[in-house]
Amino acid sequence: MSINATLIGQMITFALLVWFTMKYIWPPLFDSLEERKKKIADGLAAAEKGQESIVLAEKKAKQVLKEAKEQSSEIVSLAQKRANEIVEESKHTAKQEGERLIISAKAQVEQEIQQAKEGLRKEISTLAIAAAQQILGAEIDKAKHQDILNKVSNQLG
Amino acid sequence: MATEAHAAEGATGYIIHHLTSLRVGEGFWSLHLDTLFFSALLGGLFIWFFKNAAEKATAGVPGLMQNFAEMIIEFVDQQVKDSFHGHSKLIAPLALTIFCWVFLWNFMDMFPVDILPGIAGLMGIEYLRVVPSTDLNATFAMSISVFCLIIFYSIKIKGPIGFAKELMFQPFGPWLTPFNLLLKVVEEIAKPISLALRLFGNLYAGELIFILIALLPWYVQPLLSFPWAVFHILIITLQAFIFMVLTIVYLSMAHEDH
Repeated sequence: MSINATLIGQMITFALLVWFTMKYIWPPLFDSLEERKKKIADGLAAAEKGQESIVLAEKKAKQVLKEAKEQSSEIVSLAQKRANEIVEESKHTAKQEGERLIISAKAQVEQEIQQAKEGLRKEISTLAIAAAQQILGAEIDKAKHQDILNKVSNQLG
Repeated sequence: MATEAHAAEGATGYIIHHLTSLRVGEGFWSLHLDTLFFSALLGGLFIWFFKNAAEKATAGVPGLMQNFAEMIIEFVDQQVKDSFHGHSKLIAPLALTIFCWVFLWNFMDMFPVDILPGIAGLMGIEYLRVVPSTDLNATFAMSISVFCLIIFYSIKIKGPIGFAKELMFQPFGPWLTPFNLLLKVVEEIAKPISLALRLFGNLYAGELIFILIALLPWYVQPLLSFPWAVFHILIITLQAFIFMVLTIVYLSMAHEDH
């Protein structure tokens, strides 16, 4: 039970143990603990971030979809409008074309009438002369009565 | 073995034999070889285990060994953080060393009382005390080391004058300086003594009860030694824990500047 030099030996052993623990055991183990803690925290943070970005991406996708829908409906309505316009335009052109055709047809008819009139006039004057020749016989000289003939044909025209 | 060898001396002889250290030298300059050997061996075991764990330490998935080491480290670190609010590189490794070493000392108590002395007896060693914490030298060596650290840090943190002031003027003010000084000195001296005697007393008593149980007829022994051993598992851990926590508390008191 006596206290003796063992005490000193034990103190030296103790000091050595504490020194060794302080130098070679505690720091690496504690550091690895801390590092793992940090790793886990980082991992959790990254997971959270990932989740957040998924939500964000979903939101964005929804928005893009919505925009696309809007755009397509806009395009469709624009196309409809354009089609209507084209129809209207073609209607208008057709009408104009029709009018033009009518006008040109009328002009042709007029011209033909004129030509017919001219033809008739010439024929009538020839017929009239022939008739007069038959009626008047030799008495009437063509050269003497040219004035009268001209007057008649002028009156016919 | 030992029982037979000393049967002639009776129960008293058996007990005394078990409580006698393997000793060389005379007077103060004698050594308890068994205490020195076993505590060094256990210290080596502690160092070997933790050194292995520290070398393989990774921040990735820990192995079984590293896991166990980290469990103890985290436990000790938690205790240090709870009680000690300063910043010190020494205190946590110190606490770890104290906890593990004292626990291993105490654990020697779990070996049947006759096994190791019996083997030693076969090898021609007459006396052997296997539990270092039943040797006052071992417990006092540790508590005196802690005491030195307390004094060292008190002076380092508070300064020689600050520490002297604390000794003289607290708790009753400068008018009662001699009384304060007496009180404070007793308080400081009580720390290592209580630390060492608490551990020694608990383990010495526990070992003694094991020895007494070993004296009983063999058919009674398991009935008593089994419950006592189970209870002792609690005691050896608790004593190691108390020694560690009180060390941390004392050192944190030394670090507190009033």
